[in-house]
Amino acid sequence: MKALGSLTRMAVIADKEWIQIRRDARSLYLSLFIPSLLVLLFGYALVFDVKHVKIGIFDQDGSFLSRQYCERFKHTEYLSVEKYVKNYREIDYLINTGSIIMAIVIPPDFEKKFNSGKFADVQVLVDGSDSMSALIATGYIKAITYEFNRDYLEQALIKKGISFIKQPVEIKNRIWYNSELKSRNFVIPGNLGLILAIISALITSLTISREWERGTMETLITTPVRGYEVVLGKLVPYIFIGVFDVICGLSIGYFVFNVPFRGSFIELCLISVLFLIGTCSIGILISSATRVQVLSVQLAIVVTYLPSFILSDFIFPIKNMPLIIRIITYIVPAKYMIVVLKGIILKGVGYSVLCTQIVFLFIFSVVVLALSIKKFRVTLPDQ
Amino acid sequence: MEHVVEIQRLTKKFGDFTAVDNISLSVEKGEIFGFLGPNGAGKTTTIKMLCGIMMPTSGEGRVSGYDIISEQERIKNVIGYMSQRFSLYEDLTVMENLEFFGSIYGLEGFRLKEGIDRVLDMAGIGERKNELVKRLPGGIKQRLALGGAILHNPPILFLDEPTSGVDPLMRRNFWEIIYRFSEEGRTIFVTTHYMDEAEHCDRIALIIAGEIIALDSPDALKKNFNHVVYSISTDNFLDVFEKIRHLDFIVEAAIFGTDIHIMCEENIPVKKKLSSFFREHGVSSYALNRIMPSLEDVFVGNARRFSR
Repeated sequence: MKALGSLTRMAVIADKEWIQIRRDARSLYLSLFIPSLLVLLFGYALVFDVKHVKIGIFDQDGSFLSRQYCERFKHTEYLSVEKYVKNYREIDYLINTGSIIMAIVIPPDFEKKFNSGKFADVQVLVDGSDSMSALIATGYIKAITYEFNRDYLEQALIKKGISFIKQPVEIKNRIWYNSELKSRNFVIPGNLGLILAIISALITSLTISREWERGTMETLITTPVRGYEVVLGKLVPYIFIGVFDVICGLSIGYFVFNVPFRGSFIELCLISVLFLIGTCSIGILISSATRVQVLSVQLAIVVTYLPSFILSDFIFPIKNMPLIIRIITYIVPAKYMIVVLKGIILKGVGYSVLCTQIVFLFIFSVVVLALSIKKFRVTLPDQ
Repeated sequence: MEHVVEIQRLTKKFGDFTAVDNISLSVEKGEIFGFLGPNGAGKTTTIKMLCGIMMPTSGEGRVSGYDIISEQERIKNVIGYMSQRFSLYEDLTVMENLEFFGSIYGLEGFRLKEGIDRVLDMAGIGERKNELVKRLPGGIKQRLALGGAILHNPPILFLDEPTSGVDPLMRRNFWEIIYRFSEEGRTIFVTTHYMDEAEHCDRIALIIAGEIIALDSPDALKKNFNHVVYSISTDNFLDVFEKIRHLDFIVEAAIFGTDIHIMCEENIPVKKKLSSFFREHGVSSYALNRIMPSLEDVFVGNARRFSR
């Protein structure tokens, strides 16, 4: 009977909370549409593919061979030859203005050296200010040059009568889960985890502080309602909103960006609920602690956004971080959720593979929920 | 007599500030108990401690036999509370608010409907029951807040300045509800800073700066008042008032309509002193009558004695 009364009160609070959310257009839009909008925006904006790298060519030789070599850079989507330059000063200018990020310099005696069997040097000047793109683009040049060398070697050998040659080791790539290596395929699931972590804490961070500010909490705490009933009751509608956001985000990934979905949808939803219990509880915890809306929102953003963005392995690899930071990442729920999202969406794996993540999410959610219930007091503070 | 509310040496400190200072009182079942005092006297803090939403610094208290420190949750089942600041949900309709609070108190089905109908009827807001609370005028909101507090028929009702910002007609209406409640055997603990409202109470406690300076029924307070009050009628009452207000034997002087009321300590020959003063200052026609002190006089007199 007692437990039934408790459940009824939780349901009543959940119902009341839902009516309030529905009537407050601002928080409704924030919670239902902003996540989808962000997935859409980041899906278009956050692209890590290095393609159409702008390069300049300074061909000092102007020979048949050098022209043939240069030709190789034109027929690939990874590079785009912006300009043939005449001197070093021009390279300097183009790199400084950002018109090109790389220049290939062919020395005057390129063909002569090549034909005489000496090493023909080619200089590559790279704008290192964007080190990641620079590194990848240098890789492209190396690969193209390697192919050029191999073809010439082959021809030379054929001329000498050796028709069959075999490379000692040859790499044959086969990339699993994201066969075209499209960055979008990992950006979308990663993003979804990130956005969920932020939004869920943000919308719940208002719920208790608002009642303190408006004075309604003062009436609520004089009723027989218990603290845990308020906290759990308030969580329910936000969990549903979170699941709705997951479904919207996945749909955008699937239909707009053609991100494949290989795993179990139900499983993903269930793990999302687990994750959302934890992240929504962060908001409740903050809200109970501050009792002021403005402060809650600011804290919620700081506490969820930065760790989820930096320490979740989404963009910055955790394995390169110092030990102390690596330890801190264990309390970032987005880290686990992103693994789950990528695992289920791209790899199609299930709970048996993701059990570590599920266990960590479970621990996180239980701990934060317990803290938020403990922090929510049904007595007034001494001010 | 059964004591429904009992407090002993109750004290609440906020840092260095003592909001409630060592107060003791008891309230009987069915009584309308008034807490009279200026703003910041500690009325609200006392009520909050009694409702189990604020921890006392020291002292003890019981509400309906439950300890205000260790049995707060039990207290909440037997009380109704109306806070000073309007605190129902403005973004919910009248009905939604009543349904919410009713359900929180465990009312359901027929009992919930009956309770809501009674409150709607009492507050006279039946036809506005589907409007958002924020669209209602202040007086109606106030009645709704009272309704929310009595929805579950609590045996004890705590009302913290229930009539602040309510027009006189509505205030009378409020007091009718409170009387009806008291007749049903319920206990009402009400704070106010309106003297006329305090007259409605069975007993009142005068509280200043966290201390109870007097506690009795309104009549007994007046009867046992250790000051006498006179009314002076004269033609040029404004001039006379200015002249006499600072006389050393007059504790307090105030204008009531066209009369001057003066309060003096007992055992002082007021008539003699005044007549000689008036003769010196050329006031010839006046009438001096001893009158029954009002509650306000009692309050002011006690406050003076206290501050001395």
